[in-house]
Amino acid sequence: MDLKLEHHTTDGIEVVDVEGEIDVYTAPRLRELLIDLVNGGHYQLVVNMEKVEFLDSTGLGVLVGGLKRVRAHDGSLDLVCTQERILKIFRITGLTKVFGIHDSVDEAIAARKSEK
Amino acid sequence: MATVEMTFTPLPAHVRTARLVATAVARRSGVPEALLDEVRLAVGEACSRAVEVHQEHCPAEPVRVALTGAGERFEVVVTNTATGDDGMEWPPRPAPGADGQDPAALPAELGLAVIAGLADDVQVSRNGDGLSIRMSWPASSPAR
Repeated sequence: MDLKLEHHTTDGIEVVDVEGEIDVYTAPRLRELLIDLVNGGHYQLVVNMEKVEFLDSTGLGVLVGGLKRVRAHDGSLDLVCTQERILKIFRITGLTKVFGIHDSVDEAIAARKSEK
Repeated sequence: MATVEMTFTPLPAHVRTARLVATAVARRSGVPEALLDEVRLAVGEACSRAVEVHQEHCPAEPVRVALTGAGERFEVVVTNTATGDDGMEWPPRPAPGADGQDPAALPAELGLAVIAGLADDVQVSRNGDGLSIRMSWPASSPAR
């Protein structure tokens, strides 16, 4: 399974739907998309990982890189993930404290809106 | 003798193949289903690291992976032959976010932190010119 990326705007927040495997081979494509979005003025991002089948440290690095970029513009990058096997990687690396991780896209957007 | 041995050119595209093969041999070796995700991820991390150091130091040399499921443990050894690999800090320092909120504080080798958190048993050793990462998990039915 390759990596499939789609994105759309909901309530002023750019939602990135990721499907497939994020690894050392495919992660550069996600990195490019996040950079393009930030360069295009999108600083409020939600990355939906519900259809991600595999995530490794390269993928984590890309997400952290995206977070740094949006924060440089006072933006945010939240994640949607309920899969235990993916959440485990965030826990092992301590990144559950760095990202806002939500159960659904709606919840992530609502949480972001309520902070404004 | 390893149950399955493979070598692959140090390209990111082949890491997925290595993961798939390792997971298949682990399953056949009787590694519990619940642990297969850990095998898949840890082998992927070790191979990604090997690809990275090979690309930097010896892109013409293959990465080697040996999978052995002939005992009560399923063992994976990922070996790089990069002379320029000065080694790594093992065990890796605790993951960053663990103590703070600063995403900039990621360790240089996040992959090793993931391996340390996943593999049941890990040993890192110098092997000729390069380094070997040896990992193992419990297995029940020896593969033949």
